[in-house]
Amino acid sequence: MATKVFMEALSPTMEEGRLVKWLKNEGDAVKSGDILAEVETDKAIMELVARGDGILRRRLTGDGDTSPVGSIIGVIAAADENIDALIAEASGGGGASTAAPATAAAPATAAAPATAATPATAATPAAAATPASQPPVPRPPSPVPAAAAAAAADLRSSPLARRIAAERGVELGAIQGSGPGGRIIKRDVEAAASQPPVSRLPSSVSPTAASAADYQDLPLSQIRKTIARRLAESIGPIPTFYLTAELDMERVAEMRSAMAELGDGFKVSFNDIIIKAVASALAQHPECNAHWQGDSIRQWHRVHIGMAVAIDDGLITPVIFDADRKGLRQLAAESRDLAKRARDRKLTPNEYTGSTFSISNLGMFGIDQFTAIINPPEAGILAVGSIEAKPVVIEGAVAVRRRLRVTLSCDHRVIDGAAGARFLQTLRRLIENPLLLVY
Amino acid sequence: MSVITYRDALNQALREEMQRDDRVFLMGEEVAVYQGAYKVSKGLLQEFGEMRVVDTPITELGFAGVGVGAAMVGLRPVIEFMTWNFALLAIDQVVNAAAKMLYMSGGQYPMPMVFRGPNGAALQLAAQHSQAWESWLAHIPGLKVITPATPYDAKGMLKAAIRDDNPVVVLEGEMLYNTKGEVPDGDYIVPIGKAEVKREGEHCTLVAHGKTVLMALQVADALEKEGIRVEVVDLRTIRPMDVETIAASVRKTNRAVVLEEGWEVCGVGAQVVDYVQRHCFDHLDAPILRVHQEDVPMPYAKNLERTAKPDVAKTIAAIRQVMYLPTA
Amino acid sequence: MCLGHGVPLRRPTLSAMAKKKTPPRSEPSFGETDAPTRASLLHSMLLQRRFEERCAEAYALGRIGGFCHLYIGQEACGTGAISLLRDDDYVITTYRDHGQALARGLTPRAVMSELFGRSDGCSRGKGGSMHLFDRNTNFLGGHGIVGGHVPIATGVGFAIKYRGTDQVILCFMGESVVNTGAFHEALNMAALWKLPVVYIIENNRYGMGTALERASAIHDIYQRGAAYDMPRAQVDGQDVLMVRAAVAEAIHRARTQSIPTLLEVRTYRFMGHSMSDAVSGTYRTKQELEEYMKRDPIHVLRAHMEERGEIDDAGMTALDEEIKAVVQDAWDFAEASPEPALESLWEDVMVETTT
Repeated sequence: MATKVFMEALSPTMEEGRLVKWLKNEGDAVKSGDILAEVETDKAIMELVARGDGILRRRLTGDGDTSPVGSIIGVIAAADENIDALIAEASGGGGASTAAPATAAAPATAAAPATAATPATAATPAAAATPASQPPVPRPPSPVPAAAAAAAADLRSSPLARRIAAERGVELGAIQGSGPGGRIIKRDVEAAASQPPVSRLPSSVSPTAASAADYQDLPLSQIRKTIARRLAESIGPIPTFYLTAELDMERVAEMRSAMAELGDGFKVSFNDIIIKAVASALAQHPECNAHWQGDSIRQWHRVHIGMAVAIDDGLITPVIFDADRKGLRQLAAESRDLAKRARDRKLTPNEYTGSTFSISNLGMFGIDQFTAIINPPEAGILAVGSIEAKPVVIEGAVAVRRRLRVTLSCDHRVIDGAAGARFLQTLRRLIENPLLLVY
Repeated sequence: MSVITYRDALNQALREEMQRDDRVFLMGEEVAVYQGAYKVSKGLLQEFGEMRVVDTPITELGFAGVGVGAAMVGLRPVIEFMTWNFALLAIDQVVNAAAKMLYMSGGQYPMPMVFRGPNGAALQLAAQHSQAWESWLAHIPGLKVITPATPYDAKGMLKAAIRDDNPVVVLEGEMLYNTKGEVPDGDYIVPIGKAEVKREGEHCTLVAHGKTVLMALQVADALEKEGIRVEVVDLRTIRPMDVETIAASVRKTNRAVVLEEGWEVCGVGAQVVDYVQRHCFDHLDAPILRVHQEDVPMPYAKNLERTAKPDVAKTIAAIRQVMYLPTA
Repeated sequence: MCLGHGVPLRRPTLSAMAKKKTPPRSEPSFGETDAPTRASLLHSMLLQRRFEERCAEAYALGRIGGFCHLYIGQEACGTGAISLLRDDDYVITTYRDHGQALARGLTPRAVMSELFGRSDGCSRGKGGSMHLFDRNTNFLGGHGIVGGHVPIATGVGFAIKYRGTDQVILCFMGESVVNTGAFHEALNMAALWKLPVVYIIENNRYGMGTALERASAIHDIYQRGAAYDMPRAQVDGQDVLMVRAAVAEAIHRARTQSIPTLLEVRTYRFMGHSMSDAVSGTYRTKQELEEYMKRDPIHVLRAHMEERGEIDDAGMTALDEEIKAVVQDAWDFAEASPEPALESLWEDVMVETTT
């Protein structure tokens, strides 16, 4: 008797799953309960188990493919069994003919007939109804593929809990029930409903949703997961480390003077140049131009620099979008404008959200160097100190050079030491050879 | 208002109704000269004479039938069974005659009569003298079945039963006769078919009837000390059962325990559970649990009897279970 | 009157139940009948006979369902006894009640409609063959449990005494009833309290398929009354005039002294116990049946009347035709009567109580 392998709803809200990796090959013997594959859901990577015994005769989807919940992605059968009909069904139907539960409510109704004999008793309310009140008419169970129903039937919950969950928009699948057998009961749902929502991106993400072409999401490897977990345990929410580099600013200073001689319209600040250099360096080091997302790292293909601006009662970070692609004059104009409007408190939310990396500059306050605090979910921030003339050794002789200390704060879950260092290396090269910024 | 015993409340009801209506008479074993096996009819022979307070031979089937015949031609008999255990001998008259006469005759012969007596267990009366009969009798369309638990309800409901033009089964209790409570002097009626919330609470509904109501109130008192407020619903009438009062309570508390002195299978509690699951399904946070007698005939030995009967501890355990609290 | 405890009876005030006393019919002196009475008896018995014959036919055609117990051969018992009653007296009987119902005055239409299960039936289609009731004629049913109605009869007697009126109740039963506990309890109390009940055993020799001799330790079962010191007698049940005489005496005793009587009326049923029962050949022989059929009660009365010149063949034929027409009318009426409305299923379970 063949067993269809379905893309199962491994979370109540899952509509499709990406098969990350098959763990069994065609021809392998499998038993009920063996792990067939890793599937990435909308929340995490889950294990797909076999629901029958036999040989994994066919894998209908490949590593990395995405399939809708309820579609047939494999067939387990006896070695000599004819599975042509099943293959045809899988490819022809484009998925299981039964509808997948799309909402949290559906597994709950499917669970009711599976776990309790309610259909039999519910069928009688029409006869001999007590005059006091009409008994409620039972909802017929919605059709669910066998595998999904089996998963949903494990979701035990009292009728009251289901009702409260539906009313308050709480997902039952996200709740751990405290009743016997894991039954979700009223107090579980009420507790869940009163907690702040989890896994929502902070408001710094641009309300104009970034399109998928602007980034790629890297699933966490096992090493990443481990580092993330261990470092977070040791240091706090964001495991931060700091890299400091002292950059030579002579050539930048020369460039800046030369530009000023061209006219007022060409005046740029040191900060503008630093922004441009950082942005360019980030473009070459996308691993530092990234967000930590909990179960993945979002590497941005575009560079949006958040520029910290001190205002009366605090700090705000207006964003220069695509800073790596803008010319210095444009950058300068934008930074001037944003800073002014920041101080005047005239920035719109679009203008201070959406950064992929931030820069904080306290040089004007005479700070030699400092460590800035990372702006989550960004993975790094550069703290820029003051430019000071100081004696340095160049080719064996002491010279007086204008120097700048920058400190890169890195979220170790995203940026390793070497990656941060490499970024700073590139930054140095750009700052100390500013003509590279033209190219 | 006076504080009197349940026994005296019944006595007052009988006396007042016999004074009020010539057609009412009391018949049964030892009701007249002996003044009542449990003294419920004390003084009635002296006041009303032997035509209206009638001692019978030991003939439950016979005198139950006599009551049926008298009711058919317009009298209003109160037939006393010394205990309802003996009424099993008369069940043909109660069920096949009294309950069905109106229906079989196409509405021509109503049965304005009362069958009453003590029901259920007392102390160490053993197997044949300890049974609770409400679920047998409540099964029958054509009968009303009432179980007053307090002196107030006893007087008011017996009056209602005597005035009712239908056959009414009144299930009292040896253990109830000595209990005391406030009862208005003079005439008042407690309607048949209405349950009563004897104690309000919002954490759990506890449904009980007859002598288990007193147990239920003890349970409520005990749990109150822990901050658990149990709502005690006294059914008062088994047939017709007041479903709306029960359902309103469970909708408020989201959970229920049903307490009774009868056995489990096809007991009154099973019917209560059916009504609750049907009318309160979406309000239930836990399965409904029942507390009842162990599934054995009642043993004689004191310790065995105590274990066989439902009690406060078993009820508290059930309440904790439906509240998902650890059993203390 | 005293119930026997030595406490004198105090008559209750009867304001709530003042009942008009019907003027007594001229009471025949224990058995005397006149020509009109005889004619009336013949009419009644023949009506019952033809009615029951058509019932057998109706049952075979499916008009009547369930149980159907026919009175054929026993007509003299019910007719003789009931002919003595006043309007305000009572009758209660077993499930073999068609004959007694007709004798008491229920119309053939009302009875046939009830048997057909129609809304014009005397019990509105809710009772059927075994549960014929009619309040207008104080016909208290029609009861299905063997012996179950006997204590009820005692209760009616109690109520009569309670009220201090002089009504009586006739309680018909089969001979198997005398073995039940209910019979014993009921008669004991009636004798103990001295109640105006006439218990009439219609001994048709067979309790369903069991002959009397196999069921009862004594065969002259009226002697059961000795256990209660109750006046008792045995009567030939195929002679309506004999039945009348015996029952008249018992009624007189009940009405004037409030003392019960037990009568054993020996009769025979020509049909099986019910329509489900073979007429003969199982527990009784055809010969035995034929022997008894020679004493058909209608023929016995007819012989009496012929002796007196009160009837002849032509008269008999004419009477028969008239009665057959009445029965046909009953059939037609029943056939046309509507089935009970579905709402009536839930009616008359309980009375809406106003007090």
